[in-house]
Amino acid sequence: MTAVAHGAAAGPSAGAGASRPRRRAAGWLGFTPFAAYTLIFLAVPTVLAVWSGLTDEQGAFTLANFGAYANPVILRAFGNSIVLSLATAVASAVIGAVICVALLAVNPTGIVRVVADAAASVFAQFGGVMLAFAFVATIGTTGVLTLFLKQAFGFDINALAVDKTAGPLISQVSGMFFVYVYFSVPLMVIAFMPALVGLRPQWGEAVATLGGSRLRYWLHVGFPVLAPSFFGSMILVFAGAFSSYATASALTNTGVIIPIVMQQDLSSETLPGIAHVPGVLAIGMIVVMALVMWLYSLLQRRAARWQR
Amino acid sequence: MSGRIGPRAVRVGATPSRATSTVILVLAAAGFLYPLYALFRFAFWPTAQTHGFTLQHLERLTDPGQAYMYTQLFEGIRNSLVIAIVTVVLMIVFLLPAMILAELRYRRLRQVIEFVCLLPISIPTVVLAVGFVPVYQQIWHITGSVAWVLAFAIGIIVLPYAYRPIQSNMSGLDLVTLSEASRSLGAGWLQTVWSVVLPNLRGGILSSALITVSVVLGEYTVASFLTQNTFQTALALLQHADPYVAATFALGALLLIFLILVLIGAVGSVSRHKRKAS
Repeated sequence: MTAVAHGAAAGPSAGAGASRPRRRAAGWLGFTPFAAYTLIFLAVPTVLAVWSGLTDEQGAFTLANFGAYANPVILRAFGNSIVLSLATAVASAVIGAVICVALLAVNPTGIVRVVADAAASVFAQFGGVMLAFAFVATIGTTGVLTLFLKQAFGFDINALAVDKTAGPLISQVSGMFFVYVYFSVPLMVIAFMPALVGLRPQWGEAVATLGGSRLRYWLHVGFPVLAPSFFGSMILVFAGAFSSYATASALTNTGVIIPIVMQQDLSSETLPGIAHVPGVLAIGMIVVMALVMWLYSLLQRRAARWQR
Repeated sequence: MSGRIGPRAVRVGATPSRATSTVILVLAAAGFLYPLYALFRFAFWPTAQTHGFTLQHLERLTDPGQAYMYTQLFEGIRNSLVIAIVTVVLMIVFLLPAMILAELRYRRLRQVIEFVCLLPISIPTVVLAVGFVPVYQQIWHITGSVAWVLAFAIGIIVLPYAYRPIQSNMSGLDLVTLSEASRSLGAGWLQTVWSVVLPNLRGGILSSALITVSVVLGEYTVASFLTQNTFQTALALLQHADPYVAATFALGALLLIFLILVLIGAVGSVSRHKRKAS
């Protein structure tokens, strides 16, 4: 569509020579494979997911599907998803920021820094089923850490679970928290490190010349300058945790968080009345993500002030 | 504060002391390596002993009588490898020409392409997967329920990762001037792209292909929603039947992904080196 519109607009200005507008149109055609691909496999699925939440069995528009949010199971799963992602975001942001600050002290071209950068990108990719296995071997019922804590301190790791009656820690939301933090901290390091590197040494020198301590530096320079990037990176971590499915799915088969509920409802489509539940949940997720991304862009604008 | 007089103590700004930094980094490294150690120990330590190394947990893997347990796993690995190859081809056929065309002739479209490529980050994969289900019901009507067509869906998930290396390669070059030079020497568009543009983008394309492979090998969500058998879904199923073999293959895959990412780092530093030298 755009190709035609542009060709028509360019026609009069190109003027002389009939071949020129034609070649221009031919150039635009080069985008068709990419455009068609992203249309069919990105735009259409997104629209279909949203649409399936807004239609009834006959395909007519309805808002009745939103009644799913009155279902206590779904409500709890949504609450779990948000609380788990929030807790992961806060914990990972703090841990990640501390690691970033520690990395400031090492030579930026030295081996430690290179290894740390590589490790961050490897561990940020290391989600899903394989990470779930590693944590089952660590804090599962017969996990290495579980046994060690029991033998050395008499401490039962399952006591950390919020709901003590719902089986071992690892298959609960409170156990997933640890796994989520594991793949979120590297993401935080990758997202937050550039802001820390961007702190000018002159600012520290200025505070020192004026007689300020390092505490004063952090209070009056460090925290205020870094705050927008810090919270921005935290939001990215939240978004990553909120949309994550693979790790949780390998740890439990009960619908404790929204993505698992969606998968279960999709695969049991034969049950009447819930065929449109995944669509409605998808809308909920999109709303949360849109909100979060809007916040992120606001914070990015504030952060950009100091990154000139 | 007594240290102020000494030359070593003039630390200002955000940089912590060497000791603090070391303690934090060692703790972080231990925390990240511990679950890997646990997985390794689970897979390779003799049962009910505190140390040692054994392959006894893997013996069933070579037992023909129990081969049926692993057929799904090997089929999943085959499917994932095929999907990885098809996805790389898709990126080269769909993404790369669009990026080159935008860079050379329609520069205002570069932002549109960037926006589209980064979009899959802000749309949760599970949301896309819900939409993939009806799309694939149509596709499988035509092709039958085969795994390799998953590459089209996974290609969307891969877009942000595949886009970045090529983009950063392009932004380090002046492709417009290069192609004008080539054209003024009498080369046609095709020849320019083939013998000037593509050779300059080799590093970016290679990194992009490698990261695509590593993402495809770790992909679980789309395959799980579309109930197809890939490496990750087969691993998830195998964890109940034979957790040892599952853990071993998970470790192997991790090692492979780690090597791929190290290779990408090496490609990056080689091309940076070249640019400095030239």
